Amino acid sequence: MLAMAIKEFRQLRRDHRTLAMLIVMPLVLLTVFGYAASFDVTSVKTVVVGPQAEAVAARLPGALEVVAVRPADGRAEATRELREGRAAVALVTGGDQVTALVDGADLFAARAAVQALTQRPVAEPGAAGPRVVPEVLFNPDLRTPVIMVPGLVGIILAFVGTLATALGVVRERQGGTLEQLAVMPFRPRDVFLGKVLPYFGVAIVDLTVVVVAGLLLFDVPFRGSVLVFALGALLFLFVTLGLGVLISTVSENQGQAIQLALMTLLPQVLLSGLIFPLHAMAAGVRWIGYLLPLTYFIQISRSVMIRGASLSALAVPLLALAGLGLAVFALSVVRFRRDLAPAGREPEPQPEPAAEAVPTAARGSR
Amino acid sequence: MTPAGAAGTGRGEAGRQPPAGAPGTERGEAGRQPPAGFGVEELVVAYHGRTAVAGVTLEVARGGVTGVVGGDGAGKTTVLRALAGAVRPASGRVRRPPARRIGYVSAGPGVYRDLTVDENLAFAGAAYGLRGRALAERAGRLLDRTGLAAARDRLGGQLSGGMRQKLALAMAMLHEPELLVLDEPTTGVDPVSRAELWRLVAHAAAAGAAVVVATTYLDEAERTGWVLVLDQGRPLVAGTPEAIVDGIPGAVLDASARPDRGAAWRRGTRWRVWSPDGSATPGTSVVAHDLEDAVVVAALAARARAAREKEAAA
Repeated sequence: MLAMAIKEFRQLRRDHRTLAMLIVMPLVLLTVFGYAASFDVTSVKTVVVGPQAEAVAARLPGALEVVAVRPADGRAEATRELREGRAAVALVTGGDQVTALVDGADLFAARAAVQALTQRPVAEPGAAGPRVVPEVLFNPDLRTPVIMVPGLVGIILAFVGTLATALGVVRERQGGTLEQLAVMPFRPRDVFLGKVLPYFGVAIVDLTVVVVAGLLLFDVPFRGSVLVFALGALLFLFVTLGLGVLISTVSENQGQAIQLALMTLLPQVLLSGLIFPLHAMAAGVRWIGYLLPLTYFIQISRSVMIRGASLSALAVPLLALAGLGLAVFALSVVRFRRDLAPAGREPEPQPEPAAEAVPTAARGSR
Repeated sequence: MTPAGAAGTGRGEAGRQPPAGAPGTERGEAGRQPPAGFGVEELVVAYHGRTAVAGVTLEVARGGVTGVVGGDGAGKTTVLRALAGAVRPASGRVRRPPARRIGYVSAGPGVYRDLTVDENLAFAGAAYGLRGRALAERAGRLLDRTGLAAARDRLGGQLSGGMRQKLALAMAMLHEPELLVLDEPTTGVDPVSRAELWRLVAHAAAAGAAVVVATTYLDEAERTGWVLVLDQGRPLVAGTPEAIVDGIPGAVLDASARPDRGAAWRRGTRWRVWSPDGSATPGTSVVAHDLEDAVVVAALAARARAAREKEAAA
C-alpha cells in the first residue's frame, strides 16, 4: 500500500498543473465565487416618464437608481427602454396612478423592484399622491424557467463545444500524428478552422434541438428575431469551440485538456449571470464575468427570446463575442505556429530552385 | 568495464558507446562526395535548453538513399526532424524543399488509427493538393505495391505494425516528394515487410527523390549510398558504407571465445576483437569485417582517443 502511495505522490509531484489546481484552486474558487454568490440586487436601473416624472423620480425608494427622467415620453417609449435593455424598471406617470413597468426578463432585479415599490409607496402616507401599480412585462408571472432556459442553452453549448474540441489537438499529439501535421503544408489557421468546422455543424444541430425543446417543454417565449439570435449563437459557438482548440494546444494529454476545459466552464456557470445576476456581484468579481463568452451569449439569448430586443440594442454583446472570437483564434494560431511550423515556413508559392538555403538565424518568427 | 562487457548483443551498439570526443572526428571522408541535394550543415538542435545534436552535417543526394545510423538517443530522429522542418535548429543551415515537396514518416508513424487505409490516404493526398483521379490512381498504385489493396477498408488501428508502416510510407510518397524523410520505417517490422518497405524506398530513389532513412539495422544501412553514424548527438563517422568499412584503424579479429584483453563484441556464436595496430594475437585471426563491426570500431576508437586527450590534459 505504501509503495503505491509513494509512487502516486511522486507522479503527482511531477504534474505541476494538477498540484497547483489541488492547492491553489480551492482558495481561488472560494473567494471568487463567495463574492459572486449573491441574489440580492441593490440597485435597479429605472427611467421615469410622463408629466409628473420629475416629482415621482425625486421620491423613489433607494433601490431604484434613476438613470433618465423624460417628462415628454409615454408608455410606448418606456416599454422600448425596457425591451432594449437600457433599464429594468420604467415608471409611467400621468393620470391618477403611476404604472411601474418591470422587466420580467431580469428576474432578480424585477423582484427587488416590485418589493421596493410595494413596501414603500411612492407617495408619503397622508400626502396626496398617485398610487403605484407594478406591471411585469415579458415574463408576467416572474417564472424562473423563462430566464433559465435561454441561459441553459448557452451553458450546454459551452460544455459540449469546449469539451468536444479540447481533445482534438491532444489526440493528434498523443497519436503521433501532430508531428506529421507539422511537416505537411498546412497553415496554422487552416488547421484551426479545419478542427473547428465539423464541430460547428454538430453544435448548430445541438443548438436547434436544445432551443426547440426548451421552447416546447418549458413554455418559454421566443419574441425576437431568429436571425439576431442565430448571429449571437454562431459567434458564441466560434468562441466556445475555439477555446476548446486553444486548450488543446496548451495541453500535453487528454487529462490535462479536460481539467483545463472544466476550469473554463465552472466560472462560466457561476459568473456569467446564468444563476447569480451580474449586477449583484462584487465589482472585483464582475469583471471576470465580462471576460467570459457565456455572459454575452446569455445577454443576447435572454434579450432576443424574452424581450424581443433588436440588433442595435445587442451591439455591445455581439461585438464582445466577436472580439473574444478573434482573441481565441489569434492565440490558437500563435500556439499552432509553435507546434506546426516550428522550423519556419517558406513563403509560398516558391519559385524553382526548390531548395531553401536560409541561415537559420535570419529566419524570423514565421 | 571494458567495451566488450557492454557489447554483448553485437547489433547497433555504436549509439550506446560513450561520447566520441571532438565532433566531426573520424569521418570516413575518403568516399565519394554525393551530388548536391538537400541536407543540414553544422546543425545544432536543443530541446528545452538541452543539446540534442551538435555539429552534424549531412548531404542527402537526389536519386539515392542516405542512411542515418545510431543507437537509441543518438540523435537520428532530431536530425531528421530538423531536415523535415518539424523542429527549429538552434544554429546551422538546413536545405530542404518547400513543405509541399517533402514526404515524412515520423518515428511514431503518423497514421490515423480511427480512419481506414483509404481515408488515411485521402487525407494525405488532400493535404498535398491531390484529389479525384490523380489521387485515386496514385493511391491505387501504392496500395498494390504495398500489398495493402486488400486492407483498404480496415482502420489504421487494426493494421499490424508492418502494414501500418507501409501505410505511413505510402502516405508520405503519395505526392511524389522531392525529399523523403523516413524515421526508422522498419523498426519492429518482420523481415518480409522490411524487404517490401525497402523496395518502395528504392523505387522512390530511382524515380529521383532524395531519400534519407534512419535505422538501427546496419544491414539496411549497408544498402544506402551514404551513411552518417551518430553517437550521443554527435557525428561519429560518415561516408559510403564501403569507405567506412575500409577506413577503420587497425583490424578486426575473430575469436571463438571472449579474449582476456582488448575490446570485444559478440557476432552470432563468435567474438570479434578490435586490434588497433592490425596485428593478430594468439587464438585469433584477422577477418573481413562489415559495417556493423566498423561502426563498433569507430566508437571504440573515439573513446580511446577521448581517453588519451583527457590524459594529456591532466
